[in-house]
Amino acid sequence: MRSKPVVLKVRAFMPDPSFLLIQSLSGLTYAMFLFLIASGLSLIFGVLGILNFAHGSLYMLGAYLTYQFVSQFIDAPGQFWWAVVFGSLSVALIGGVIERLFLRRLYIREELNQLLFTYALVLLISDFAKIIWGTGQLSVSRPAILKGAVPILGQYFPEYNIFVIALGPGIALLFWLILHHSRWGRIIRAAALDREMLGSLGVNVNWLFTVVFTIGAWLAGLGGALVSPIAAIVPGMDVEIIINAFIVVVIGGLGSFWGTLLGALILGQVISFGILVFPRLSMVFIYILMAVVLILRPWGLLGKPLQR
Amino acid sequence: MIMLVVEKVKKSFDGFVAVNGVSFSVNKGEICSIIGPNGAGKTTLFNLITGHLRVDEGKLAFKGIDITNLPPHRICRLGMGRSFQRTNIFPRLTVFQNIQAAVLAHRGESFNFYKPVESFFREETQAILGRVGLKDYGDMVSGSLSYGFQKQLELGIALASEPELLLLDEPTAGMSAKETHQTIELIGRITREEGLTLLFTEHDMEVVFSISARIMVLHQGRLIAEGLPEEIRHSPEVQKVYLGEAR
Amino acid sequence: MFKENWFLIAIIFLLALVPLSDSRFYIFLGTDILIMGLFAVSLNLLLGYTGLVCFGQAAYFGIGAYTYTLLMKKASFSFPFAFLAAPVFGAVAALIIGIFCIQRTKIYFAMLTLAFSQIVWAIVFKWNSLTGGDNGIIGIPFPQHLDSPTRFYYFTLVVVVFSFYIMRKAVNSPFGRMLTTIRENPERTEFIGINVKLFQLLAFMISGFFSAIAGALFAIFNHSVFPDLLFWPHSAEVLIMTLLGGMYSFFGPLVGAAVMLYLRMLVTSYTQYWPLIMGTILALLLFFFPGGIVGFLKTQRLFSREK
Repeated sequence: MRSKPVVLKVRAFMPDPSFLLIQSLSGLTYAMFLFLIASGLSLIFGVLGILNFAHGSLYMLGAYLTYQFVSQFIDAPGQFWWAVVFGSLSVALIGGVIERLFLRRLYIREELNQLLFTYALVLLISDFAKIIWGTGQLSVSRPAILKGAVPILGQYFPEYNIFVIALGPGIALLFWLILHHSRWGRIIRAAALDREMLGSLGVNVNWLFTVVFTIGAWLAGLGGALVSPIAAIVPGMDVEIIINAFIVVVIGGLGSFWGTLLGALILGQVISFGILVFPRLSMVFIYILMAVVLILRPWGLLGKPLQR
Repeated sequence: MIMLVVEKVKKSFDGFVAVNGVSFSVNKGEICSIIGPNGAGKTTLFNLITGHLRVDEGKLAFKGIDITNLPPHRICRLGMGRSFQRTNIFPRLTVFQNIQAAVLAHRGESFNFYKPVESFFREETQAILGRVGLKDYGDMVSGSLSYGFQKQLELGIALASEPELLLLDEPTAGMSAKETHQTIELIGRITREEGLTLLFTEHDMEVVFSISARIMVLHQGRLIAEGLPEEIRHSPEVQKVYLGEAR
Repeated sequence: MFKENWFLIAIIFLLALVPLSDSRFYIFLGTDILIMGLFAVSLNLLLGYTGLVCFGQAAYFGIGAYTYTLLMKKASFSFPFAFLAAPVFGAVAALIIGIFCIQRTKIYFAMLTLAFSQIVWAIVFKWNSLTGGDNGIIGIPFPQHLDSPTRFYYFTLVVVVFSFYIMRKAVNSPFGRMLTTIRENPERTEFIGINVKLFQLLAFMISGFFSAIAGALFAIFNHSVFPDLLFWPHSAEVLIMTLLGGMYSFFGPLVGAAVMLYLRMLVTSYTQYWPLIMGTILALLLFFFPGGIVGFLKTQRLFSREK
């Protein structure tokens, strides 16, 4: 008995498994960047109670500043890595200054004011970036050691992306260790549960806020720094990532750390495959998912219901 | 006639049992108080009675009607009034507007879309202001009032709904001895004049023993004693619970 | 009370005289301000009066704009029908979306409004066959008897004044007072016998209704519609206008719209960095003028009276 054309039809329907794997890995890569930004967003929201619209802008600054430092350190050994370090730390510094000088003054007001100030920052940072770096696309080349690509099932996947995929959980683990096994971590977790209580326990809440905001900003800056060789550095990257970061944080749970990782992984895959399978519906689907989670389980998959 | 029946009501939060099988009833015209150390579950019990929280188990009946898990606004409309532990007023509105809003809601005018609101129920509102001792403070922004006056305003808002049963959550909290005395006198007078049934929680033992007809003692979510003031005063269980809480 | 009404009538009279200046510029700006003013005031029904922070108001503006456009262009309905259908669709959308949103409070409510607004945007953006997707729909003409900027300006003036009249009545009525108590203290309002969620939903629908009218007016005024009208920065922009003017007064948002549109016109003729200016204004507002322009003016007047 000969095999029927049915077999051929099935094969035409099923895409190449190596192609699927590559798509999945791309989704994983994007998920890591989402995780970096969303975890900073989640941390800031958990401790300070502020939803930082400007987090995408800090990410963008990280990318631009990395580009700047790479241009400064032309032909220096390890120029990319130095640029990443300086770029992310600069963003951390900028974040700390913003919190200390401006955001702090709005704490006594209603939450809407703080939210809107972060939006004002989005406008300001976006235009500052345009003034300094123009509106064209910029890019940074990949570091020498990670310039190559690795063959996977017959297709090639960039070494740099693999590095990013490995780095994500690495940073997650590092933060988990700090949050659960150090004094600072315990304070941060306590602050997320009850800010006022912490103040009466003698913790300098003001400094805590500045430190947490700085760390959150550093994470965003790091994300931007690391994305600079992969994505185009261009105005608008701030707006594009912040919406997705919001979705991740909502799905995973505002203030929940592992939830953010989970949310990032989910969204990364949905975006990666959605474009292929349901290009028209995937965008709508993502927002519907966000709405559904907010309606049914607003504290996300792994978060805890807000007591406030 | 029995005003309020609380039957084996239970409520937990995340594993912590706040109210554990509490049962009691309150008769019409009675003045009852619920006492107990901090964390005993008094405010939670109130929130369950007024519908702000859902019960896990048990039943609640008001004037013979089953009110278990009804939304707060329905329970209010049936004739229950309440004051809250932390002052609950409408801070940016004036004292007059605070009371007027409650009167508007009570008299069913809340869906009126077209007439200017200033003209409604001016006399009734002034009358209530007078009853709670705020006659001349009508035009003051309520958020700027002193604590004591805000508490009086809160009482006024509760009274505006012409309740038959009034629940007061720590009505004299944070007051000086003089203010406490004035407040209790005011509450006692209004209760008598209107024939209200009163259920309140308190920490101030003097207040409790001076006006309560019946006292209930809550401890760790359970009702551990119930009876006349004299009985409670001499009850060994209650004294054990209150060791160290002299007043 | 009466003084205020005479003041308003004077303003309306002045506005009616604008086209006599024969300046296309002022007629254009005036129409724009009236439309955005209506949009902002309808948002403020939720924000300033009911205390609901809404990040997705652009959805109803856009629904109004697209409903009118699609009914006129694709379905060839008559102008009155299409124009009246727009706010109806807006109110229905607000009802559906509102039912879900009011189940949550504060930040979750705000994010829900944002999520739904993005859903609507994504649908409009992707449904190419119906809405033209990213290309939008162009070539929307003035309606038959309103076929000049001046005539359309007067039509807009009438519609907007009438809308303001209705909204103002509602806000100064017992219903409006209930909204204010909800803003001040929803828990307390619940226990004066008010079904808070029902009132919030009604406010939502009224707000959506009038935002959609603004959207329909805009579709005609702009002679085109694009998905951008529904994108979240548009919601942010109208929110800023509302705060700029002052969210605790009825006409504050209209003042905010006027100032912001005028400033934008000025600034964009010199530089492309309007977002920078807008961000600075917003920051200044938040730090120094929390009551907005009208709030600030009110404190000034208070000063001189209490001498």
